[in-house]
Parts: sequence; C-alpha cells; structure tokens
Amino acid sequence: MKTSVIVFPGSNCDRDAAVALEAATGHPPAMVWHGDAELPNSDLIVLPGGFSYGDYLRSGAMAAHSPVMREVVKRAKGGTPVLGICNGFQVLTEARLLPGVLMRNATLKFICKDVYLKVERSDSMFTHRYVLGEVVRFPVAHKDGSYFADEDTLDRLEGEGRVAFRYCEASGAVTEVGNPNGSSRNIAGIYNETGTVLGLMPHPERLADPALSGTDGAKMFASLVEALP
Amino acid sequence: MKARITITLKQGVLDPQGKAIEGALHALGFGSVGNVRQGKYIEVEVDESDPAKARAAVERMCDQLLANTIIENYAYELEAA
Repeated sequence: MKTSVIVFPGSNCDRDAAVALEAATGHPPAMVWHGDAELPNSDLIVLPGGFSYGDYLRSGAMAAHSPVMREVVKRAKGGTPVLGICNGFQVLTEARLLPGVLMRNATLKFICKDVYLKVERSDSMFTHRYVLGEVVRFPVAHKDGSYFADEDTLDRLEGEGRVAFRYCEASGAVTEVGNPNGSSRNIAGIYNETGTVLGLMPHPERLADPALSGTDGAKMFASLVEALP
Repeated sequence: MKARITITLKQGVLDPQGKAIEGALHALGFGSVGNVRQGKYIEVEVDESDPAKARAAVERMCDQLLANTIIENYAYELEAA
C-alpha cells in the first residue's frame, strides 16, 4: 500500500502521520512538499495537522490553493482515498472536497486534550475495524474546530450517513457537555458523497501506539490497510 | 485601481469573537452596545484601469480566496489608485 503525506509550511503532525502510516503499512509514506505539482501514485493521501501558512486569512484557506492541492483534488475526485486530520480537515473544506467550515471554537480557547468520540459508521474503509456506536478516545488540539454548515447541509449529511464521528461523553452520550468546541450537532468528522474522503478534527495518529497511552487511533490505519490494495 | 474589501459573517453564523468584544465593551461602560459582529478588511491594488475589469477581478478573488462564501459576505469599493 502506497501512501503520501502532504507537507505544507506550518504542518506539524506530518511526522506523527508518517509514523502511524509506517506502523500500519510497513512502508514509510512519500512526504510531498506543498509546492510540488507532482504527486506519486498513492492508494491513500493524508493531509496532516498543523497550522499551514500560519492559519492566515482562514485556517486551511491558503493551503487549499497550493500547487499540490490541485492534484490532490483531482485524485480525490477520481476516487483516491484522502484522510484530512485537523488542519487537513480545514484544508479539505476550503478546497470544497467536504462541505461546511471549521470556525473558531465557541469558547475562543485553544483546546488540547483527549476527547471521546462516537463511531457513527463502521462500514467505511476508514472505520470498519471499529464497532458501530463504539466510544473511542482521540486527542484534539485546535482553535478553529467548530464545525458549521447550514441546516440543509447538516440534514443532508445525516440523511446520507456521512457523519463519521460525533463528540460525546465517556458514556457515549452525545451532549453539549461532550462537545468541546461548539460543533453543529457534535460533528467531529464527515465523509464526502462516496465515503472515500474523510475529514476529522481529532487526531487518530496521536493515539496509535501503546507508548502514547492509547491505541484507539491505530484501528483507523488498520482499517485502511485491510480495505486498500 | 485600489479595492477596499470588507468581509463580514453572514447573519445567523455564530460569532464568538464578536460576543467577546461586546462583553469587553460592556465592561468598559458602553452599556448601550449590542449585536457586535467582527469581520475583516483587505486592501488590494489591481493593475487595471477599466473599472469593469477591476470589479470582475476583485469578485473572482473574493469568491476564490478572500471570503468563504459559505459563512461570509463581501462588499468592496473601487477607487483610482
């Protein structure tokens, strides 16, 4: 399985993503600089967390128009799986590969802690190693993570089963208390129409190794390894 | 020509920063202040003497990058640079 991690100026989870990918696939990913117009053949493209272009203008706005993203958009539309984590999710929305926007957290604070998520789909290439409704623990580290879309878009996402994860309490209750950033309907991650693009604010790659006190994130990479060639 | 572009959040979009500013203004004694909304102001110079062409260029810039039209509106004024 060939994977690529896109590196923007200001990315800071590119190495974490690479370590998790190598642990799952047995091969190091290609690290692709944002200014490259060429992207190696990839079975999976990962847009990592960080603060691309210093979050200037809007988080992910500048990165969404960088040379390599033109190719990423083309590949994603052609069916290549793309995983956007944190800033990667913001880039995917700004590139219009996913609907909605990540806005400033309702608390106005940078939130850096582990959160609980409810797995809303266990039949996708990203999540089939999880159990439907399972509660997992992933870290978040963001200031612009409040998912916003208009009501029609939210209804469509829910109707089409495109909500991947929701913020919840440890018990699995999807409540305001369990929602760290004010996201609409507690949405932490969503799929595109074909289920081949996933964007989420929490970081599966940061809890994918027993040495890091948790492995809930590793199942996402294991799912992908099983589902992809 | 010079374009003065104002970007504002659409109505109904939560603006926690605006709310915080409003709270600070109240704390300063400006009790009559309400409904504070925060936005962005951007100036660009366009090397174009035809106002129609300059307008078209500014609108493309706003739609493609400067504003996220899912949550933001933009307005602009043009003047000779």
